[in-house]
Amino acid sequence: MKHTLVALMQDRPGVLNRVVSLFRRRGFNIESLSVGHTETPGVSRMTIVVDGSQTNVEQVIKQLYRLIEVLKVSDVTHDPTVARELVMVKVHAPASRRAEINSLATVFEARIVDVAHDSMILELCANPDKVENFIDLVRPFGIREMLRTGRVAMVRGAHAHAGDPYVKVA
Amino acid sequence: MSDTRTGAQIMCEALIREGVEVLFGYPGGAIMPFYHALPEYPQLRHVLVRHEQAAGHMAEGYARASGKVGVCVATSGPGATNLVTAIADAMMDSVPIVAITGQVAAQFIGKDAFQETDVTGITQPITKHNYLVTDVADLAYVFKEAFHIARTGRPGPVLIDVAKNAQQARTVPQWPDRVNLPGYKPTYEGNRRQIREAIRLIGAAQKPLILAGRGVLEAGAMAELRELAERTGIPVITTLHGIGCFPENHPLALGMPGMHGWVHNNRAIQECDLLINIGSRFDDRVTGKTSTFAPHAKIIHIDIDPSEIGKNIRVDVPIVGDAQNVLRAMLEELPPRECRAWVEHIYRIREQHMPRQQYTRPDTDMFMPHDFFTVFSRIINERGPYRVCTDVGQHQMWAAQLIEWRHPYTHITSGGLGTMGFALPAAIGVQIACPDETVWAVAGDGGFQMNIQELATIRQERLPVKIAIINNGYLGMVRQWQELFHERRYSATPLWNPDFVKVAEAYGIPGICVTHQSQVEDAINAAYATDGPILLEFQVEREVNVYPMVAPGASIHEMITESPMEVV
Ligand SMILES: Cc1ncc(C[n+]2csc(CCOP(=O)(O)OP(=O)(O)O)c2C)c(N)n1
Repeated sequence: MKHTLVALMQDRPGVLNRVVSLFRRRGFNIESLSVGHTETPGVSRMTIVVDGSQTNVEQVIKQLYRLIEVLKVSDVTHDPTVARELVMVKVHAPASRRAEINSLATVFEARIVDVAHDSMILELCANPDKVENFIDLVRPFGIREMLRTGRVAMVRGAHAHAGDPYVKVA
Repeated sequence: MSDTRTGAQIMCEALIREGVEVLFGYPGGAIMPFYHALPEYPQLRHVLVRHEQAAGHMAEGYARASGKVGVCVATSGPGATNLVTAIADAMMDSVPIVAITGQVAAQFIGKDAFQETDVTGITQPITKHNYLVTDVADLAYVFKEAFHIARTGRPGPVLIDVAKNAQQARTVPQWPDRVNLPGYKPTYEGNRRQIREAIRLIGAAQKPLILAGRGVLEAGAMAELRELAERTGIPVITTLHGIGCFPENHPLALGMPGMHGWVHNNRAIQECDLLINIGSRFDDRVTGKTSTFAPHAKIIHIDIDPSEIGKNIRVDVPIVGDAQNVLRAMLEELPPRECRAWVEHIYRIREQHMPRQQYTRPDTDMFMPHDFFTVFSRIINERGPYRVCTDVGQHQMWAAQLIEWRHPYTHITSGGLGTMGFALPAAIGVQIACPDETVWAVAGDGGFQMNIQELATIRQERLPVKIAIINNGYLGMVRQWQELFHERRYSATPLWNPDFVKVAEAYGIPGICVTHQSQVEDAINAAYATDGPILLEFQVEREVNVYPMVAPGASIHEMITESPMEVV
């Protein structure tokens, strides 16, 4: 099962490297990781997706807590969350197929951000399932280049990054 | 102007503020401003080593014997990389040290400047935390944080890499009175609910067992451990690093478990219905095959580091906290009980597999390492305060097994990393921490030569370290594995050795070579009679094995004992 972890950390030099190197040396598998600033200056937020069948999620959280800069880690897998991923796809788009691509984009609410003589770039920001689905449907046109940002997630409602409290009790 | 200091002066003053009295180090280009400032601070004793690795081990030995933070210093590049082994050793064994390294000036960083190495990058996985300081304004708070992190929670090594420009620049230091580390909040008090659950399990168990590790010593929880054992009658097994936390002349003391642990201990672990782990990390040398470890037991695990809990072995009652606090809280409510039948059962196994006294003695008069260790154990215990640093290999295991360890903080060894070359420099650090005690370095002929150059440091600092080399002419422990698991193919394990007595004499240290067991006692007594340092070489029977033994990957009850391949 895929787990979504939200980690808050002090934005000191090298902290991203510490996190990534921790995953490598402990043999933890990362599915995706995205990082950026938060509403608080000096605090970064990471969304980390790990596969619970390959990696002991509780150990991941505990090991993350060993890093001095890490402030809080929450497993939000079982919380109601809004999750998003950004994908950009450059597809093969000769004039004859553009209408088709256009209507697919409309259905998915994807944006066309570039048009060249035989290619287009589509951009979609959506929940990860919808992103998967979109890529499947776009694939037959011929994907020339694709990038995905990895998942970001936020818990719904008033709570700030709720998550499992077990690590704090232990 | 008068309030300004150079970065180097700030470093020295920060060390004094942290209560540092001694540094182990070696100079070089990128750390020269610091060495320039050092003579202005005579409160800081600097011990010049002969290899930076040894500086790190000395800091470890000092820390482990004194309970203070050990400090080592090196220059950038090769100086810093030479520290790496000792830093990794301190990390594995949770030893609080602060390593200070020089770095090339900030404007050269990233340019492959002369003696530039990314030391914070290299040491990131082997430090509890590390810093690169390029601005003099950061030094005061970084030093404060570094010492705080090294000595609190689960102790460990912290490295501070200081760019040369930061050592040279001047500023008015802003000394922080508190550290501000919002992400670092060690848990010291155990969870009440879990403690109550532990008490319930202790009351309900038929065959309970205590497994005590280094965490007991770190927390200074020896009295509480003893109270727990005596009130409940539960016997105590001590891991290699827990040695000394429970006196081995106590009736409930069982000694060491694991790969070279005693048969009765490993059997007891496999039979027990409750295992109370206090401050030990379920290392694979203790557990053997984890899937078959303590199959009938409920497990209580007390550890200050939450990430140790559930890392190797499933746990029923996790208690995160300082061992002393947790045990005290437990003792407040713990009713007395007894476990006589269970303890007697373990004693019976011990009698059948008598560890300390009995081993197969060849009928020649060949000198067995056991003879050295049993005599040594008796004499050091008679003679008064001692510390023993062991190296890595067979002699390390014999020392752990055959010496009767009665006092905390007396046994100092490299357990987690198993670093050959540890004993001699560690003993130097210990001797400086404990000037009035007899400090022994006990090493194999292989490991001793890995930091043999520190004989010079002993001489220069006039330290009365006593050295015992157990010379079997082999890399003994590796040879044992070759004998048992690699068809006796002694590949790269026979050693040509120098004349150790002459080597010692070349360093101005007297030496005695012992070739017969009848001379052991006299040699050890001669060491006690010698005012300064002395080196004793014991030439022992060459192909003796450490038993009992659990083969790598096997379950701990599948032990090879002296009668070959007896599975007990
Ligand atoms: C730095 C280092 N290199 C290699 C090893 C692997 N090793 C473990 S024990 C051992 C043999 C030690 O031989 P010696 O020092 O003579 O001690 P003995 O086992 O004979 O008592 C070796 C090579 C190690 N532990 N550390």
